[in-house]
Amino acid sequence: MIVRDIIEPLGLRVAAAQDHVCREIEGGYAADLLSCVMAGARKGDVWVTLQAHPNVIAVAELLGLACVIISEGTEPDAGTVTKAEERGIPVLVAAGTTYQVVSQLVKLGIEAAA
Amino acid sequence: MEPRIAQGEFKAVWADLHLHTVASACAEIEMIPPLIAKKAHELGLGLLAVTDHHTVDNVVAVQRAAAEYDIRVLPGMEVQTREEAHIVCLFADMERALAWQERVYAHLPDERNPEEVFGAQYVVDETGDYVQSNERLLQTSLALSVDEVVQGVRALGGLPIAAHVDRPSFSLLASLGFIPPALPLAAIEVSHRCNVERLLQQHSGLSAWPMVRGGDAHRLEEMRRSLRLQVKARILDELAMALAGAQGRSAVMA
Repeated sequence: MIVRDIIEPLGLRVAAAQDHVCREIEGGYAADLLSCVMAGARKGDVWVTLQAHPNVIAVAELLGLACVIISEGTEPDAGTVTKAEERGIPVLVAAGTTYQVVSQLVKLGIEAAA
Repeated sequence: MEPRIAQGEFKAVWADLHLHTVASACAEIEMIPPLIAKKAHELGLGLLAVTDHHTVDNVVAVQRAAAEYDIRVLPGMEVQTREEAHIVCLFADMERALAWQERVYAHLPDERNPEEVFGAQYVVDETGDYVQSNERLLQTSLALSVDEVVQGVRALGGLPIAAHVDRPSFSLLASLGFIPPALPLAAIEVSHRCNVERLLQQHSGLSAWPMVRGGDAHRLEEMRRSLRLQVKARILDELAMALAGAQGRSAVMA
């Protein structure tokens, strides 16, 4: 499954890096403390978070994450959008909560790594 | 804004720049101006900053109580950004601190403090007598990002200091994983039990900023000699120079 495949079913808005939605999704991760994400997320994960700070993109790039979904309709900071465009990491905004987003991702077959 | 550079002799001053009073719901009831001043005097502190959560309500009362012992008190506030990172914000005077508080209040949710859950937020006078309760919900995140807070404090001539970065929660390091290298912080604060050597091994980027210790006292026994300053006067601009190690001033953590 690629990033493009989750946009419509989840009703996501693409806030950055529209041209990079063909990145492969291999798993999923959700947390808001970036220190935890750095320790726990894996390459190819879709990451669901409330954080909108530019450091989100640095962490996503460092770990090779597929994309970032920002939940609860939170607008990414301007610097986050710029950085995401530069690094080619799609940033998607979901209206729903992290819990709602994760449960929809699971329904699409994206499971957490064992 | 031109910095005020003091003339005269250098003095060694012990400081603690992170301190809560009863205006913080999480502080003990003993954190009233006369007891804070007395404890600071016993510790030999010459400079304090009062940094309650999102309010400067008790700053003047502590300033008045501390004047008895010739202890200076900078107005300050501990802010929680929308990333849930705590930033200690210090100001030169009450006028600027109140201007900042106005901005902070405009970015807090318009909700009442559930006193029975979080505890009361007492405004007191210099003797510690009750004046009123701050009814606003203060212990929550602002709708301002780290960058907006740091820039906003700087725009008022204030000093933004990342609070207790060694803690697993409410710290810039925990919330954001690393501190953005260009963030114009005046300093990074670590708690008293922090092993600085180990922290710097794990996060070498932290050496880009001056490092201070902060007592973050919520009870009298947590007040500390946190920082040893070499300054010509106990004012914000001298502190700023001390943190930057400029013109003979210095700040060494305990």
